[in-house]
Amino acid sequence: MSDISNNNGPSGAQIIIKDLWKVFGRDPKRVLRKELREKSKDEIQKKTGCILAMRNINLEIQKGQFYILMGLSGSGKSTLIRNLIRLVNPTSGNITINGENITKMNHDQLLQFRRKTFGMVFQHYGLLPHLTVLDNAAYGLKVRGLPKGERYAKAMETLETVGLKGWEDYYPVSLSGGMQQRVGLARALTNEPEILLMDEPFSGLDPLIRRQMQDELVELQDKLQKTIVFVTHDLHEALKLGDRIAIMRNGELVQEGTPEEIVTKPADAYVEEFVRDASPAKVLTAGSIMEPPKVLLYAWEGPKTALTLLRSNKRNAAFVVDKNHILLGVAYDKALEKLLEEQKKPDKIPQAILKKITTTTEDTILEDLFPIIKAAPYPLPVVDEKGKLMGVVTTDQIFESISPLEGVNHD
Amino acid sequence: MIDFPNFFNLPVAEGVDAAMSWMLRNMSGVFDAIGFVILLVVMAFEKIFLFIPWFIMIPLAGLAGWKLVGKWKTAISFMVMLLLVGTFGYWELAMITISLVIASVFFSLLMGIPLGIAMARNDRVENILKPILDAMQTMPSFVYLIPALMLFGMGKVPAMIATIIYAVPPVIRLTNVGIRTVDPEAVEASMAFGATPKQVLFDVQLPLAKPSIMVGINQTTMMALAMVVIGSMIGAKGLGMEVLLAINRIEVGRGFEAGLSIVFLAIIVDRITYSFSQKKEK
Repeated sequence: MSDISNNNGPSGAQIIIKDLWKVFGRDPKRVLRKELREKSKDEIQKKTGCILAMRNINLEIQKGQFYILMGLSGSGKSTLIRNLIRLVNPTSGNITINGENITKMNHDQLLQFRRKTFGMVFQHYGLLPHLTVLDNAAYGLKVRGLPKGERYAKAMETLETVGLKGWEDYYPVSLSGGMQQRVGLARALTNEPEILLMDEPFSGLDPLIRRQMQDELVELQDKLQKTIVFVTHDLHEALKLGDRIAIMRNGELVQEGTPEEIVTKPADAYVEEFVRDASPAKVLTAGSIMEPPKVLLYAWEGPKTALTLLRSNKRNAAFVVDKNHILLGVAYDKALEKLLEEQKKPDKIPQAILKKITTTTEDTILEDLFPIIKAAPYPLPVVDEKGKLMGVVTTDQIFESISPLEGVNHD
Repeated sequence: MIDFPNFFNLPVAEGVDAAMSWMLRNMSGVFDAIGFVILLVVMAFEKIFLFIPWFIMIPLAGLAGWKLVGKWKTAISFMVMLLLVGTFGYWELAMITISLVIASVFFSLLMGIPLGIAMARNDRVENILKPILDAMQTMPSFVYLIPALMLFGMGKVPAMIATIIYAVPPVIRLTNVGIRTVDPEAVEASMAFGATPKQVLFDVQLPLAKPSIMVGINQTTMMALAMVVIGSMIGAKGLGMEVLLAINRIEVGRGFEAGLSIVFLAIIVDRITYSFSQKKEK
């Protein structure tokens, strides 16, 4: 395939949704007229009998993003995801995917577009019960008209990816819910789609299986880097999986942003209600709350300077970095004193006297910091992949970042 | 009591009569052609059934009972029932009846399944067809038996026309219902992968509606069998004719034998067609 990024709109997003409306009912266009379009969903229904499913949605989804559409039932999230593939046709507005306006496509173009661009996973799996697991997984390729050998080879690969090797010849009926959904996922992946649409794929599963599937999906996404549009009503799932989250209510887009923005700055009372039981510890990361270290020792300045610095700050230990700001370890005043007494005063702090310590990374969520920070006697250093010291996190900071929000939420 | 006003009179009867005589005058060619095709098919089935001798047909029925229905007891009862029909002296008539029924079912499915599919895919077609199907099932069969007789003459053809009219509604209805109740997500999934409407129909809708369609076929077959007595009134030979003769002559025993033979055929046909509607799990 050619370079897709070239075809994209001016903003560079892969999916651009503009002024999208969907009204179900007779003569739906009349709802868009001036006197009605501002009215509430209930009023519109009373006056016209039409049901407003989506009102003026504007969204952009970047390539490779894990994008969550969240809302309660009837919020329009399922309608929106079906609009992307035109299983439901919008009443007005435009959807541009890879630079092509899909709302203008005719039937044949649309079929081709669905075949090459999308894979979709459904809430109740949508498997074909009269076909084996293998035939189900190969179904997308069958639709495209590929010969049996080719589509089976590809389907076998994806079945292995989702952990269903050895189940090819079974029928969906004999599989558990979680396994059936794996077949659904395999079927979507066999098509090698650019965009994966997932409509509440894990809602029907037991909590334990659900968590496991979520973890596996995260792992899979690390490898595949597809654009994923994922519908859910489960906030925890949204926070765990999403790069960005769009919250919908009564067919309107209420808020759009990163999980952290949604939880820490809810746009209105509705979103606040939604995120009420979301623990900030699950969304806030070490990077978002870290601070610069109060005292920092530089290895090349020598032990004497270091000791002076410690004493003037009334501390007995501090982090030591090299010229590239790479974290070397912790230096204790006792060790420094001992070094100065017995040796010929080196002009560098030697690596040998430094204590190695546990570190963490910027994108680690607070919840995962609890066990580490409990064991550490000093602030937890946050480093990047090269070992560069980015900041430190203390127990106090963690509690501070969690508590004010709890206060707001429990008003 | 207040009488219904008699000046308020729609000339429906006159209209139907006029249409009928117009068709008789101007469309006899069309009806002759239709009759010819129908006769060709029914005669082909009749030839096959009369060609197979009884000592092969009875084990064949047993085999069907064993393989399709799945019980050796069924196989034995099938064979016993056919033997009894033979001992009554009705073997040939039974074969003629069965070929008439199978030919009627053949035409019923040929029309019924496509109509059921059209009905499932289009609400307007459903709204139009539903009252027509109701009429076909509740209209006393003599009402259309006589016009059929006038258009096609005596014999097997009008009997089959009447049988088809009476027997086709179940397969249409159940095809419609079967397709409409297919898991919508399975249909959506198929469409999401870019399936054409034809692919959706053959990959998803028909296979998933199959049990329901098979029940429809079973019902249609049974109703066709129930029409053989009426069909015999306009000259279709077979067990029905025998019942009719026996009743006319008040020969209770003979009527019972012929009637029982029809029941036996019905049981065998029912069990075999019903077995198709049962899902076979691997």
